[in-house]
Amino acid sequence: MFDEPTTRPSCLTRTDPRVRMALALAASLALAPLKAPCACVACFALSLALLALARPCLKALGARLLGVNVFVAFLAAMLPLSVPGEPAATLLSVDFSKQGFAMAGLIALKANAFVAFFTALVASMDAPTAAYAMERLRMPSKLVFIFIFTLRFIHDIAEEWKRLTTAARLRGFVPKSTRHGYRTLGALLGLLILHSIQRAQRVHEAMLLRGFAGTFRSVAKFRAGWRDAVLAGFVLAGIALVAGIEVLWRQHPGLDAASLAAQAQDCARELGLRLAARLGL
Amino acid sequence: MEQPSADAIFALEGIAFAYPAAQGGCEVLRELDFSLAPGQRIGLYGPNGSGKTTLLRCITGLCRLSAGKVLFHGVPVEDEEGFHRLRCAVGYVLQSADDQLFFPTVLEDVAFGPLNLGMGADEARDCALDTLRSLGMESFADRLTHRLSGGEKKMASLAAVLAMKPEALLLDEPTGGLDMASQDRLCELLKSLDVARVTISHDWDFLAEVSDAFCTIQDKAISWTSPLTSHTHRHAHPGGGSPHSHG
Repeated sequence: MFDEPTTRPSCLTRTDPRVRMALALAASLALAPLKAPCACVACFALSLALLALARPCLKALGARLLGVNVFVAFLAAMLPLSVPGEPAATLLSVDFSKQGFAMAGLIALKANAFVAFFTALVASMDAPTAAYAMERLRMPSKLVFIFIFTLRFIHDIAEEWKRLTTAARLRGFVPKSTRHGYRTLGALLGLLILHSIQRAQRVHEAMLLRGFAGTFRSVAKFRAGWRDAVLAGFVLAGIALVAGIEVLWRQHPGLDAASLAAQAQDCARELGLRLAARLGL
Repeated sequence: MEQPSADAIFALEGIAFAYPAAQGGCEVLRELDFSLAPGQRIGLYGPNGSGKTTLLRCITGLCRLSAGKVLFHGVPVEDEEGFHRLRCAVGYVLQSADDQLFFPTVLEDVAFGPLNLGMGADEARDCALDTLRSLGMESFADRLTHRLSGGEKKMASLAAVLAMKPEALLLDEPTGGLDMASQDRLCELLKSLDVARVTISHDWDFLAEVSDAFCTIQDKAISWTSPLTSHTHRHAHPGGGSPHSHG
């Protein structure tokens, strides 16, 4: 129910899940603090390139993007009103600020780039593998535990809810906005929580019975090879480029894309010359 | 009939257990002695609510005794650390396999016990794969636990306990919810294991196959019986006229 794949087999699925997970993390850390519109566009382009490599299932991707963009749409509606700045338009004597629109655009780009990065790099592995890769990357063990147990038990909780509502329906219950309806739903919800707590206690006992002493290590086997080096090289180069654009933009605020590109070319030439000089060429 | 022997894997001496007052304060076990020696195969039967599962919970320290003591290799077990050592040697296969399998994939679940025994990741992985192979379940390693059928879950939970190479097994209604074919497979498997065990079951035919001493809990204490006496009887035969023998 919750573990339908969102991508199809591709060259990405043959890479090491640890590498993909780490790259997704690196990409999101690089993406989050960006302020330059052109850097955001570049980062978005990088994420789209990865997404194209990952061969996503369009239906699942569409559903995911829809979910994110509903939030983005709310922000886009609110930000031009709440961010102060030059008015871009005036409607019924309410100003819509340019800065607000710019910020909404930035957020839309970033949010979609996040989804694209994670769909391409993380959703291309199955969920248990993602959990074991997280463990291997030394993520906080509580986080790993919560993730693993969510994976295992979310199905059971959903099943339990189905069983409870089926039992109610079999006795003629129809959910309605009445006192009886809310009382019944409340009772079912309470029972679901109670059963989940009891289940948690039984599972904890089962863990103790098998000698659990507070630490967990995964026995999954991961192997990194040349494909991983190529992927990491590509993504890290992309991130470096994005970071370079961001730094240039912060040093010369207000530059447009064309002059930034010229500036970047100058920078690259200078770097190349220095490198050549260092190497004694 | 059976006296706690000096070489018993574990023994209960004069134990009593009552539920806490908040849960009704009902006494379940009183002045109960029990022990399991290496190689011994005990079948435990009795009506619902007679305290069979509670007995297994007392042995493994999940229920706190109100009197008496649990001995592990002749040494009284006094704290959680002692029970941890006991649990690493006495494998308890729970009644509900769903509670026993708490990892998303079978391999990680079977490797969980060996890891807790202190093995490294690779060693635990090999141990888990060996155990699965010995049960003819090597193709299960990467299956998702919540997608297994009832019989498969039971076998996986047994594998998870057997991977710890226990000295003794506690089996709480291992045939519960299994069809005839799965029951037969389980029965054959248990007969092929020479590890000491206590089996709880309501299924007499199964219990007689996998055990050689029988007891029940009567008046809150163990009562030894020999259920294999000859008598005329009637029972349903699934599958009808296939030839069979009565023991």
